[in-house]
Amino acid sequence: MSEKLLMKGNEAIGKAAIIAGCRYYFGYPITPQSELIEYMAKHLPQTGGTFLQAESEVAAINMVYGAAGAGARVMTSSSSPGVSLKQEGISYIAAAELPCVIVNIMRGGPGLGGIQPGQADYFQATKGGGHGDYHCIVVAPNSAQEMADLTIHAFNVADQYRNPVMILGDGALGQMMEPVAFHDNPLVPVDKPWATTGMGERGKPNNINTLYLEPEALEQVNMKLQQKYQVIQEREVRWETSHTDDAELILVAYGITSRIAFSAMKMARTAGLKVGLFRPITLWPFPKEALANAVTNASAVLTIELSTGQMVEDVNLAIKCSKPVYFQGRTGGMIMSSKDIYEKIVEIFKAERGE
Amino acid sequence: MEGILFAWPQALVDIPTHYCPGCQHGLAHRLVAEVIDELEIQKKTIGVVPVGCSVMADKYFNLDAQEAAHGRAPAVATGIKRVHPDKVVFTYQGDGDIAAIGMAEIVHAAARGEKITTIFINNAIYGMTGGQMAPTTLVNQVTATSPFGRQQSSTGYPIRLSEMLATLDGAKYIARVSVNDPANMNKAKKAIKTAFETQIRGEGFAMVEVLAACPTNWGLSPVNAKRWLEENMLPQFPLGVYKNSAEVK
Repeated sequence: MSEKLLMKGNEAIGKAAIIAGCRYYFGYPITPQSELIEYMAKHLPQTGGTFLQAESEVAAINMVYGAAGAGARVMTSSSSPGVSLKQEGISYIAAAELPCVIVNIMRGGPGLGGIQPGQADYFQATKGGGHGDYHCIVVAPNSAQEMADLTIHAFNVADQYRNPVMILGDGALGQMMEPVAFHDNPLVPVDKPWATTGMGERGKPNNINTLYLEPEALEQVNMKLQQKYQVIQEREVRWETSHTDDAELILVAYGITSRIAFSAMKMARTAGLKVGLFRPITLWPFPKEALANAVTNASAVLTIELSTGQMVEDVNLAIKCSKPVYFQGRTGGMIMSSKDIYEKIVEIFKAERGE
Repeated sequence: MEGILFAWPQALVDIPTHYCPGCQHGLAHRLVAEVIDELEIQKKTIGVVPVGCSVMADKYFNLDAQEAAHGRAPAVATGIKRVHPDKVVFTYQGDGDIAAIGMAEIVHAAARGEKITTIFINNAIYGMTGGQMAPTTLVNQVTATSPFGRQQSSTGYPIRLSEMLATLDGAKYIARVSVNDPANMNKAKKAIKTAFETQIRGEGFAMVEVLAACPTNWGLSPVNAKRWLEENMLPQFPLGVYKNSAEVK
């Protein structure tokens, strides 16, 4: 256990990426993730790595495609409008099965939106975003510490499954300072015999390609991807629960919102209301079974997001609409307070008790 | 061995291509492959192919290769070259890919002095999608999306990419060549070789623009297409070396 450093969530991702063996970063400045690109600009060259500020988000993600296809551990980062621009490249990366890490420090949208925190890119992150049947693995940290830990995890699972991994944070997590401990992370070299490194003595060219003009061949590619996604859904689901065993009402929230929900839960418990918290850590794959199990004995669910309701659809699907699912959202870059959530909790208890 | 005057290049796979009769992509592929053989860099060369008629060029070159999204080949090549600075990386792109949808990527790769080589095939039309207007389509040229001829009043003028990129300090070798006759083909090969050597010497960005015929989408026989290129494209796109940093020294 090393000493703790006080740093912003954005910087924690940068430091963790370097610890994880990331030596290539391609990005474009955008608020509220600029601390991350700046961290990489300063620290990556010191490790012998390459930092490059691209001419656009589009160019940055395609540089990631090239570097990942060449066998490197590589990362890019942006915020909502910039991540929209990356979607074409992400689709190609998923199709070519290239491992890489993409960070989205979400801000309010749609359009240019604002520069304050948001969680309205949930659909984009978890349901595709770009064209075609594909998935990124999506992880949602809720602290600077988890931004570090999940970054290292992200690089490992990206290589394990040859799949893009998205770290879905928000402007609050990216900007706020918290103590972070960095653990030794002995790097396990990953063999990438498929990478385009120059043919050398291999005797046979490696091609990174996403074009399949024969319908049967393209369908086979899709089936292969789906089989991989099935394995990921079985093995890579992460979540956290708090006081869900005896809870009558289960709060579901991820990222920064889960921290506020946690405080509201404690206020409710103090007031004698049996409230629990379910926090998805992977948003894709979504912890469907775990959530269904957690709500078995509860009478209602409250989903809380910094959007007008996106993850709430997955909550309803996961529990097959077996319980009433309430929603509390905030947009525009604003964050609800724990008191706001507590008041909603009280309101739901009254409604469920028929008061 | 000294008796062999003509052989199939090592860097080219011996299979039929999908190119139309009279198409000059095959000639350009052959010249690139011959240069790669002569420089003995087949085992250390990584190609990046575009979206367009040459989208399947990775099947024809006997090299490691990546297939890029439309216009993004210079960005993909940048990613590869930064990971493998000791390898040789080239992009092969058409006029729509490089001068329309991918204009930003090629300009900035050149501006950065990215140590890559670009082979740009300019045939003044979109081939793969069936003959639509390209950024290099000539004024009054009839295409599927300029059925009354390209009107300069509404769609402007063809882009001379070589001249544009030659203004950038990061571009170290820029030439426009043609493969319309044997003499020009020899010049084209020399230019392609120089463009690869510029990269190998670590100088910076290099591009060779190759004027090429597209008989199918021009609606001409191969012989007439060659004549059309000479009469219409050569005056609009003058051949020559637009930048050669090695000569400046």
